[in-house]
Amino acid sequence: MQNINTGDTAFILICAAMVMFMTPGLALFYGGMVRTKNVLGTIMQSFIILGIINLLWMLFGYSLAFGPDKFGLIGDLSYIGLKGVGMAPNAAYAPTIPHEAFMIFQAMFAIITPALITGAFAERMKFSSFLAFTIAWFIIVYLPVAHWVWGNGGWLRNLGVLDFAGGLVVHASSGAAALAAAIFTGRRRGFGAEPIIPHNIPLTIIGTGILWFGWFGFNAGSALAAGGLATNAFVTTHIAATAATVSWVVVEWLKGGKPTTLGAATGAIAGLATITPAAGYVSPTAAILIGLAAGIVCYYAISLKFKFGYDDSLDVVGVHGVGGILGTLSAGLFASAAINGAAGNGLFFGNPSLLWKQALGVFVVVGFSFIASMVIFKIVDKLIGVRVDEEDEITGLDLSQHSEVGYDLSGLGGSAGGFVTSGAFDVHPSSQVSTASTETP
Amino acid sequence: MKKIEAIIKPFKLDDVKNALSKVGVQGLTAYEVKGFGRQKGHTEVYRGAEYRIDFVPKVKIEVMVTEELAPRVVDAIMESARTGKIGDGKIFVLPVEDVVRIRTGERGNDAI
Repeated sequence: MQNINTGDTAFILICAAMVMFMTPGLALFYGGMVRTKNVLGTIMQSFIILGIINLLWMLFGYSLAFGPDKFGLIGDLSYIGLKGVGMAPNAAYAPTIPHEAFMIFQAMFAIITPALITGAFAERMKFSSFLAFTIAWFIIVYLPVAHWVWGNGGWLRNLGVLDFAGGLVVHASSGAAALAAAIFTGRRRGFGAEPIIPHNIPLTIIGTGILWFGWFGFNAGSALAAGGLATNAFVTTHIAATAATVSWVVVEWLKGGKPTTLGAATGAIAGLATITPAAGYVSPTAAILIGLAAGIVCYYAISLKFKFGYDDSLDVVGVHGVGGILGTLSAGLFASAAINGAAGNGLFFGNPSLLWKQALGVFVVVGFSFIASMVIFKIVDKLIGVRVDEEDEITGLDLSQHSEVGYDLSGLGGSAGGFVTSGAFDVHPSSQVSTASTETP
Repeated sequence: MKKIEAIIKPFKLDDVKNALSKVGVQGLTAYEVKGFGRQKGHTEVYRGAEYRIDFVPKVKIEVMVTEELAPRVVDAIMESARTGKIGDGKIFVLPVEDVVRIRTGERGNDAI
């Protein structure tokens, strides 16, 4: 126990809580962008992941991702049910904090990654098939990819592929799955013909703020110790988010449109996703360039869906997929041994080989996630059907999947109906009369 | 008795209400509505994708008046709701068979 650093431990526990907060933040970010009738269905998809994926992570997920290596491909079952994951550090990952702290920090990453995908099939997927896809994707895609890139003995990690906080593991993998989801589930009814527009952008802005705040835990916490490296990641993260906010708005304004609030928020998320793999390898100056590029590249990337005709409803591919790839390659360009000695230099500091490794990492993760996601969708569709039927889609997910509505602004309350659940308590005229009479002296 | 319906620009509601009070109208009902006429809708842009929104927000008012008051009410609405630009709205005048005040049971002009 003498190796435990209390500062590091306090820092990582707070960062884990911050990353946890990102998933409900994402729920609001996405929830504001769908139509009124789908706000709860969209929020629920993120929120239930927080429950389910965490349980799977505790049972076997952590062990398969970070357990002792098998062939560079997957962890073994040594840590099943968190066996042996205790208060002593695991020196292979984080030598100064309890192993359990590293485990819970990583749990939050495993949770938000499948939640990111939900934006691609928003407003049209059955809750049951969404659950089946998410659980299968977590086991078949997330756990192996996390092991390859971050696991001790993982083959991409051994090759020297860099991913500081999840450009590959989180953003590129979910972005590739999102592309498969958008292609496989098909377009929403009316996509490209009638306006399908956000119902509550202020909700999206609250979500953006929560995500941005949580992202400091995500990226700075990935240093796994409080100190200089965490500080550098914190600063580069903030710089890239601000630069991309500005560059996105400038591009949409210059293109003859107006500077939009949703554009500013989307730019911020694009900047955050893009800096994620590079945050602990690059200088603040490089982060400005990476952020500016993120706002511009992701702005153009989201227009591709109209060109190719796939309905990536909330732009997961254009923002997270493209951002994650751009950031992973940026690490290959801007990585500097002066910032992080363990990582070495990128192309601009005289080492072109890193860029090739990063490109290989992108190719492997994107290709694997896309193909595996297509196969999972195919199987889920055969078994239970991926989409809600036409009537349910028109009604909306809130009522058809969850029997509730997000807003009642009519002021009528439930006066247009009656209480259906029987046996909870008796309400009949005689009981109301007797209550009234006891109140009268 | 006449029912006068008018579709007006939302920001003109206060002016119309004041003008109607001045000519002696005692009450009115107002709704927030959406529709389109010769005034075209507008465009909205979300993440670079432009959408044409046909329906323009308007306010619809309904006033019950006696036969004698009707022409003055129409004039009052016309003057107070006019900006001179397209989209100022329309006024409809309809005959009304009967009016009943629920509390007292009064009918016709007495109930207005």
